[in-house]
Amino acid sequence: MAIRRKLIAGIASLLSIVLSGVVQAATDMNMRPGVTETSNAAYDLHMMVIWVMVAISVVVFGAMIYSFIFHRKSKNYKPATFHHSTKVEMIWTAIPIIILIYLTIPAVKLLIKMEDASNSEMSIQVTGSQWKWHYKYLEHDVEFFSELDRSLTITDENYLLEVDNALVVPVETKVRFLVTASDVIHSWWVPDLAVKKDAIPGFINETWTAIPADQAGKTFRGQCTELCGKDHGFMPVVVKVLSKEDFKAWVAQKDQERLAAEKAAAEAAAQSWDMDKLMAMGKEVYDSKCAQCHQASGLGIPPAFPALKGSPIALGPVDAHINIVVNGKSGTGMAAYGPQLTDAELAAVITYERNAWENNTGDKVQPADIQAFKAGN
Amino acid sequence: MSDHHPTGFTRWLYTTNHKDIGSMYLWFSFIMFLIGGAMAMVIRAELYQPGLQFVDPNFFNQMTTMHGLIMVFGAVMPSMVGLANWLIPMMIGAPDMALPRMNNWSFWILPFAFTLLLSSLFMEGGAPNFGWTFYAPLSTTFGPPSTDFFILGVHMMGISSIMGAINVIVTVFNMRAPGMTLMKMPLFVWTWLITAFLLIMVMPVLAGTVTMMLTDRHFGTSFFDAAGGGDPVMFQHIFWFFGHPEVYIMILPAFGVVSEIIPTFSRKKLFGYSSMVYATASIALLSFIVWAHHMFAVGMPVAGELFFMIATMLIAVPTGVKVFNWVATMWQGALTFETPMLFSIAFVILFTIGGFSGVMLAMAPVDFQYHDTYFVVAHFHYVLFPGAIFGTTAAVYYWLPKWAGKMYNETAGKIHFWLSMIFVNLTFFPMHFSGLAGMPRRIPDYNMMFADFNMWASIGAFGLGLTQVYFLVIVLLTLKNGKTAEQKQWEGASGLEWDAMPSPAPYHTFSTPPKID
Repeated sequence: MAIRRKLIAGIASLLSIVLSGVVQAATDMNMRPGVTETSNAAYDLHMMVIWVMVAISVVVFGAMIYSFIFHRKSKNYKPATFHHSTKVEMIWTAIPIIILIYLTIPAVKLLIKMEDASNSEMSIQVTGSQWKWHYKYLEHDVEFFSELDRSLTITDENYLLEVDNALVVPVETKVRFLVTASDVIHSWWVPDLAVKKDAIPGFINETWTAIPADQAGKTFRGQCTELCGKDHGFMPVVVKVLSKEDFKAWVAQKDQERLAAEKAAAEAAAQSWDMDKLMAMGKEVYDSKCAQCHQASGLGIPPAFPALKGSPIALGPVDAHINIVVNGKSGTGMAAYGPQLTDAELAAVITYERNAWENNTGDKVQPADIQAFKAGN
Repeated sequence: MSDHHPTGFTRWLYTTNHKDIGSMYLWFSFIMFLIGGAMAMVIRAELYQPGLQFVDPNFFNQMTTMHGLIMVFGAVMPSMVGLANWLIPMMIGAPDMALPRMNNWSFWILPFAFTLLLSSLFMEGGAPNFGWTFYAPLSTTFGPPSTDFFILGVHMMGISSIMGAINVIVTVFNMRAPGMTLMKMPLFVWTWLITAFLLIMVMPVLAGTVTMMLTDRHFGTSFFDAAGGGDPVMFQHIFWFFGHPEVYIMILPAFGVVSEIIPTFSRKKLFGYSSMVYATASIALLSFIVWAHHMFAVGMPVAGELFFMIATMLIAVPTGVKVFNWVATMWQGALTFETPMLFSIAFVILFTIGGFSGVMLAMAPVDFQYHDTYFVVAHFHYVLFPGAIFGTTAAVYYWLPKWAGKMYNETAGKIHFWLSMIFVNLTFFPMHFSGLAGMPRRIPDYNMMFADFNMWASIGAFGLGLTQVYFLVIVLLTLKNGKTAEQKQWEGASGLEWDAMPSPAPYHTFSTPPKID
């Protein structure tokens, strides 16, 4: 008896250790509840289904395992001969229907709530393109691109989940996102907000979130979730949450930055740049914006991303080169960089492309040329 | 009766014999399975740890795309057609398929279709890289030049599948032996009959989709291009109108297989035969009205989302009936656990787990969190690998004695089973966790927080891949020097193929129809 009691105690303590490990591991393995009312509701629904499924498993797999143990030929078990029972079959058609109704009711309620973006207090247009996001605050004069921060390495906590400019939203505000795309389909997902909406060219989809006050100062991260080409895995979504006052200050600061940038651009455009300066800045811009596709070597990845070394565009008329960089080329991954770069940056990168990799045209493109091109456009 | 048959290469090229064609389908699908598997190994090697180690992102996308296309159209579908060819005439007492020359053609299209598709790997710009779902406009305006080869390849596969399906329907309706009424047919024949109708309904829709892609790419149309007044979401509606019945095309014949095997090794008749038939038909009908559950994130109206959510959850009812019937068949049987039975039991358990995650995915408000993450990858691999592929594997072990007249080594079969069982779970179970943790599918590199799950999945995948090579070895050894099989190799087996012919099945069977009481 004593041995058996010891054995049971041993097994119990072992079980409790294993169980606590499982519980700890389970939190790392499970969906995160997130921070909004809807994300918590989605999490609750998720847990509810899991437990229903676990209960069904216990019954169904339990019956199977019972059969494996007790109804085996090796135990000289004589097989029964029944092969149908209308009553039993009715019962096990009815039970799943009842379970499904039990699951459907909360799901319907939550879905209707999640899809209701009415009465929002502020709107942000989210535009996906290969492979960055563009955010435009419709009530404020703020817009910017948001791209992967490629300086992070694997060991960084936010590797592949950090951007140069995060989306900034205030707490306790129903924020409506108008999601669209300019080339292929992308999908904008922030797990902690339980917001996922496809960004589809030609469509504007609506979704929304409202973040509670205690989340001010936090940052939430997600990724593009629709295959959108080569760098699909490299276009994260980062959302920074600010208190209402901080958000106001941030908008004001963005206004200042915009005015300063406009002034700097005008000054830069007024002066004539020498070759060294254009090439230095051009290389910097090229490496951060162009090299992902056209490669640092200028050889590209043809045919999707043509080589610039020796290309008819880089060696041909300057205007055509400016045009393709400023306006992009529809139906290809070549985005319009006119709105993304300053005139000086555009001039520099075009100059760089016309002179690097033995292209050596000797052409210098000045910020003023870009300005003139845009004016004539 | 003489068992004369032609020899040499022309035997296979000109054959109109359902057994030869069945064997060719099975061998072809196994070769495709190994090629598609090799691509999966590339994917798992790259994902073994964070960072880009072996391939660049563009090639990674080509691998995920080709892996999906090869496995769906090259491995799973032809393996099911191979089983149909071998088994349906023998099970219903027919001398051959109804349209034997078309049967020859529908097989011989496939090697050409897949040569076309695989050749795209060696073209400038690489193979298709837009996922096996080839969503527009990524596959149209932005697709690589090889997309046109993909389109032609899909057309050819579609023609092959439609012809195969027509053949099954005509055979089942016209070639049954006297007395073999529809409700006496083995369940495998029933599931294939229903599958054939699904194929005829949806393969033309797939052909339409790729044709619209072709004209969008080259002839100035804008079906899927918003800039020209078209609609990229319409692509997804049309694709999934094909795509959802397609998943049942891949699984229903496997339902049929386990419905033959479980009664044999339970030494007990299949529980609820007629409800199995009705459940299969219900699943097939429902499969036409649930397609948009793949598209909850595209911005459908709420009413649409509600409809597709509820319709999808309804599928759990007939599927549940099938699972309960299998369990009731085993209940109070006299069970033995030979290799085909082990694979069938694993099928029931693991397919049910895939069904559970299916119900979770059906619930639109939570699906926003699962959609396009590894949770989805885990779900569909659970229904496809331990589902469709375990089903086919079980079928091969079960009927190989009949086909070849040789018996495989039971110990080897059991080793194959246990390794497959362990590795399939090690590969695909952690994907549930990486998906829930927030890892999107189809990405070549990832954050450290997903590292453990991916490492386990990769280790599992390498093991799973090697185990299937072991399967090839087992089958080859059986064919070479397996023990002679008995006419009725399995004690509990029933059906014409066991009762009315020796093992191996002669080249020509049922030249005079058997008598069915």
